[in-house]
Amino acid sequence: MEKAIDQLPDATEAAAPRLALHIPPHHPAPGERPDFGYVRRYAAGVTERPSTDVPAQATHELAYHLIRVLDDDGAAVGAWDPKLDPETLRRGLRAMMLTRAYDDRMMRAQRQGKTSFYMKCTGEEAVAVAQAFALAPDDMAFPTYRQQGILIARGWPLLDMMCQCYSNAHDRLKGRQLPVLYSAREAAFFSIAGNLGNQFPQAVGWAMASAYKGDHRIAVSWIGEGSTAEPDFHHALTFASVYRAPVVLNIVNNQWAISSPQEVAGGEEATFAARAIGFGLACLRVDGNDFLAVYAATRWAAERARANHGATLIELFTYRAGPHSTSDDPNRYRPEEEGKEWPLGDPVERLSRHLIRAGEWSAERQAQLTSSLADEVRDAAREAETYGTLDEGPHFSAKTMFEDVFKEVPWHLRRQRQELGV
Amino acid sequence: MPAMTMVQALNSAMDVMLGRDPDVVIFGEDVGFYGGVFRVTDGLQKKHGESRVFDTPIAEGGMLAVAVGMGAYGLRPIVEVQFADYIYPATDQLISAAARLRYRSGGEFWAPLTVRAPCGGGIFGGQTHSQSVEAIFTHVCGLKTVVPSNPYDAKGLLISAIEDDDPVVFFEPKRLYNGPFDGHPERPSVPWTNHPQSEVPEGHYTVPLGKAATVREGRAVTVLVYGTMVHVALAAAEEAGIDAEIIDLRTLLPLDIEAIVASVRKTGRCVIAHEATRTCGFGAELTALVQEHCFYHLEAPIVRVAGWDTPYPHALEWAYFPGPARVADGLRRALEG
Repeated sequence: MEKAIDQLPDATEAAAPRLALHIPPHHPAPGERPDFGYVRRYAAGVTERPSTDVPAQATHELAYHLIRVLDDDGAAVGAWDPKLDPETLRRGLRAMMLTRAYDDRMMRAQRQGKTSFYMKCTGEEAVAVAQAFALAPDDMAFPTYRQQGILIARGWPLLDMMCQCYSNAHDRLKGRQLPVLYSAREAAFFSIAGNLGNQFPQAVGWAMASAYKGDHRIAVSWIGEGSTAEPDFHHALTFASVYRAPVVLNIVNNQWAISSPQEVAGGEEATFAARAIGFGLACLRVDGNDFLAVYAATRWAAERARANHGATLIELFTYRAGPHSTSDDPNRYRPEEEGKEWPLGDPVERLSRHLIRAGEWSAERQAQLTSSLADEVRDAAREAETYGTLDEGPHFSAKTMFEDVFKEVPWHLRRQRQELGV
Repeated sequence: MPAMTMVQALNSAMDVMLGRDPDVVIFGEDVGFYGGVFRVTDGLQKKHGESRVFDTPIAEGGMLAVAVGMGAYGLRPIVEVQFADYIYPATDQLISAAARLRYRSGGEFWAPLTVRAPCGGGIFGGQTHSQSVEAIFTHVCGLKTVVPSNPYDAKGLLISAIEDDDPVVFFEPKRLYNGPFDGHPERPSVPWTNHPQSEVPEGHYTVPLGKAATVREGRAVTVLVYGTMVHVALAAAEEAGIDAEIIDLRTLLPLDIEAIVASVRKTGRCVIAHEATRTCGFGAELTALVQEHCFYHLEAPIVRVAGWDTPYPHALEWAYFPGPARVADGLRRALEG
């Protein structure tokens, strides 16, 4: 027989504690000691490499590993070593260093008032560069604003990228987009969304289309750990799983979403790679500052996708060494020296050390390359500036503002153009 | 020519396009095996195959994102959103991505997708199955917005939408799916069979986007309507005995401004009616445009007849719906003014 409600024990009399709301703690504040106690150190070379056709479930324990190939001495170890030839590695090193040199130059250009905004990827160069190396050049990239390294690795002209950042008369995007929101169809590089997360499920749609047409190309997308909280992320994983889309889905966990540490996005109770488990997708968790590990993991996921075994979610564990953007000052929310203490090191230094150890590189060549890349970037910037800068122009004519809203300019936009007098 | 309902005409449009263009695919909730909750995609999966007409998870935002990606690849996806009321989760992808892709990429990428969604009330759908949300999308630059009112137009406009290289939002007044509805719920339902616009060719034809249709000529007052309200306005004009000229806009954006201006300059009076809520409804834009283009020809203030600014109430549906009596009252006010 059911108890009458007034016979039930009064919850307030029980010994239950009062409810308490949990707010994820903020990392050490500026002025305090950096603390990466939450970053578990995994040895290089110990993680198993399953074959690319295993059921997704067989990868799920990798959500709580960290695939590392380069050890602290710069040796490449373990089953994930992609065994790349030295020439490829030198090209990878060069692309990462060029990305860094480009970033430094454009950051300065913004400080000089030549453009409104810039975003560096310093410390995260291995993510985009090693991944571009592991993919086919026509695999379609749906990046965020911090994967400029894809364009550089694919040999896209710096001049074109700079003209976009300057919104000048040679900007193929006609001065419409915020700097760094590139688009390069010929480089299989999708127009970057300012709305975080939009690109992730779009990549799944592109991959579904490629599969529908019996194409060979796969899609690859990137999202920050912060934006994994957006519905777009969940849509991407759901559709990728349901339709077994040939797509590689990357979460770049650089620890920070502007000022919010990764715990605010849900990184405290589970890894981001573990998001794949409930969707039945394969997952890998990778040292994002290890060029060889990033390359190997991407290659694994790309092979799997290309063989119709479906999507892989990769968490690239890295550190945003610079500010979120030129509008951000990280010294207001994290210790200034935090980046130097990041336990997984710097991707450029680590690949360089590996090559030097193998007798394929030297400190002198490194210094020489740094200097020649700075010259290359400077020359491109000088040429770009001859086509204009945001502050001084020239820009596209104002009448182009009314074009491309639709394929054909409709009457109301023609009328508005006339109203502007152009 | 066969007589078709609006459901059959829309189905025929997609059947024709699936047959003509291998890049056309259709997806949405329950559209595949089952053929859609309103039967608009009935039989298409069986005829054209599972990879061309398929069911999706319940995630409108995901559906639209996938459509953007497919569009960027080169397909022409048609997405069915089961009710216009459920389109809100898809708005970020529609507004931030589909509508702006061509612009933001300097013309490198575009998304030639069509979103179909049943709209409007009159079926006791309550506040979550009755809304008319067109003005949200006409406000977005880069989207085309279409609302057909009869089977012939529905098929021709849908084919135009699918063939268009810009994203199109295509709202289907669900109360018109199986017959014209003049706004008198107390009368027996009328089938499409005897309506002249139910004569629908079986093959390919288009009704161009951006062209209105004058469905009743008159000299006393111009009535600007679309969707279900076309039939309500016709009933109102007949019942009030007013020599109204009724223009079915068909496409809200791009709008056929020439047809509107020509008629209002002729009649000097204008009534605008829609089922959607009044404040910032598409009627507000129409009012402003008529005022901008026809001010010196107007002999009376422009009259708006619209849904009230409330959610669509389930039991009070017919107190909410701007039926023939309210439209006729609007016509009389426009003539008195």
